[in-house]
Amino acid sequence: MEPILKTEKLTIRFGGHTAVDSVDFEMPANHFKSIIGPNGAGKTTFFNLISGELKPTAGRVLYKGKDLAGESPIDRTRQGLGRSFQITNVFPSLSVLENVRLAVQSKKKIRFDFLRHFSSYASLTEEAEQLLELVLLKDKRDAAASQLAHGEKRKLEIAMLLALDTEVLLLDEPTAGMSLEEVPAILDVIRKIKTERQKTILLIEHKMDMILDLSDSIMVLFNGRLLADGPPDVIMQNERVQNAYLGGIEHGTAPQNG
Amino acid sequence: MKKPMNWSKISLIIAAVLLAAIPFVSDSRTWLILLTQIFIFSILAMSYDVLLGYAGMVSFGHAMFFGIGAYTTAVLLDRFEPTLLVFSLSIAAGMLIAGIISFFVGLLTLRLKDHFFAMLTLALSGLFLVLAEKWRSVTNGNDGFTFSAPDVFRDRAVFYLTVLALLVVVYFALRRFTNSPLGRVLIAVRENEQRTKALGYRTLAYKVIASVVAGVTASLAGSLYVVSLRFVNTSVMAMDVTLDALLMTIIGGVGTLIGPIIGAGIIELAQHYLSDLAGEYPLFERWIIFFGILYILAVIFFPTGIAGFFKSLFSRRRRPEADAPPLEPAKPEVPR
Repeated sequence: MEPILKTEKLTIRFGGHTAVDSVDFEMPANHFKSIIGPNGAGKTTFFNLISGELKPTAGRVLYKGKDLAGESPIDRTRQGLGRSFQITNVFPSLSVLENVRLAVQSKKKIRFDFLRHFSSYASLTEEAEQLLELVLLKDKRDAAASQLAHGEKRKLEIAMLLALDTEVLLLDEPTAGMSLEEVPAILDVIRKIKTERQKTILLIEHKMDMILDLSDSIMVLFNGRLLADGPPDVIMQNERVQNAYLGGIEHGTAPQNG
Repeated sequence: MKKPMNWSKISLIIAAVLLAAIPFVSDSRTWLILLTQIFIFSILAMSYDVLLGYAGMVSFGHAMFFGIGAYTTAVLLDRFEPTLLVFSLSIAAGMLIAGIISFFVGLLTLRLKDHFFAMLTLALSGLFLVLAEKWRSVTNGNDGFTFSAPDVFRDRAVFYLTVLALLVVVYFALRRFTNSPLGRVLIAVRENEQRTKALGYRTLAYKVIASVVAGVTASLAGSLYVVSLRFVNTSVMAMDVTLDALLMTIIGGVGTLIGPIIGAGIIELAQHYLSDLAGEYPLFERWIIFFGILYILAVIFFPTGIAGFFKSLFSRRRRPEADAPPLEPAKPEVPR
């Protein structure tokens, strides 16, 4: 099966620091892969390279066999690579519903209509409401996004990403900063997406235990390098992964922060 | 959502009808001229609101579009016959020129963000001011020139009604524009541009559109302004015009469209009365100081402007009966 997403020797350097170091990876469609690694391993940078926020120093990103070099994040989103952000990134003073509605509007390609009232597109509002129901935010639809609790904002992020209906979902720590009680609800949502919506999901996560039963495969980044890639149980047994995680030190270098 | 909108629409139409009746019940020329002035600046302030309140772009050069409209209309009416046709064509020509220039100004937001953009617009409008001063063969420099307006506008009441009609049309057109799907994306750009991009919108295109709509509308205000004076000089390009538009928008309420109209009314009336007082109290010769104080007070106590203040007042009153779960107020009082 041809991989839907693939990188070849993907590398980016910031000055002398190589944040992502010739990473080769690929994943088939409808696959669920998680990326783990300590702080500063290059996980988010790797995401930024795939979504186009950063330009690689070397190597390429291929989506459905097509080289994405030179394509802006906007183009990539339109082609089917949607992402969520690690730092909550919503429209703070707009209502929860409006946040999602804007995403639905983008998917429907209603971009430059300035003659009709936005509420005349009732189907957009309906679809946005359904998504809010899916992520368990329906009762907050009229609240301003800035008024939401942190975990609710993360759910809103997911709803906005789902609204785009992209084939590939890049989820950057959807549970980051969330209280432990909230995590299962988010996991439920992700599990639902995986089973009901036939998406290809690439997930960054710190909490190893929470992704084990979700993921089809796990890849481990360490100091920008791909340390291991494989099914969850194999990864858990991998000695190098255990060293990286438990000791955090390999070849005498401490992982950098950020 | 639907109900208060219709209610506000009806009250606005009633207000417009009442204003339209004024020339028939009162024969005070001063008031007609003052109100005409307020309407014209309302159009200018609304155009500024599209930039500031919806797209979130801070421009310090809005006077250049006002000035472009002003000079285009003045020069054409002076060179050709002062007829309605020339007047209409001059408005169209001014809008076209303003549209082209605002298109390029909008494109500059690609490279320049926030205050850099503001500084650049300031410099550009300065350039237009110098051009108006130096291009004496056309503009007669700082002295300016007088010209005759179309005959029908000799009657102040006719001009008053024309401007009022245009104000109503511009208001409803801009309201539709800002409430359209495109307008919603503009608000998203203001709120969080990077996120808007991540949703797949080309934000630059939206900023260019906002810039053009604002520029073209400001040009219309400029055209009307010089016809009301039958005189033009470089003051139409001056920084004061931009500052007035900024003040009117902020005091009235950013991102509301109706706010800038209220703001224009307050500022114009205040200017009128405060400068009148200067005859009696020398302190008021520096009435601009009071504007400074008014501005500071408005930003501290009414950060969302007059219109924003009343909006949040109403939405809070309605909330308790709306739903059972106690929600936080949907509208934050103080935007960061």
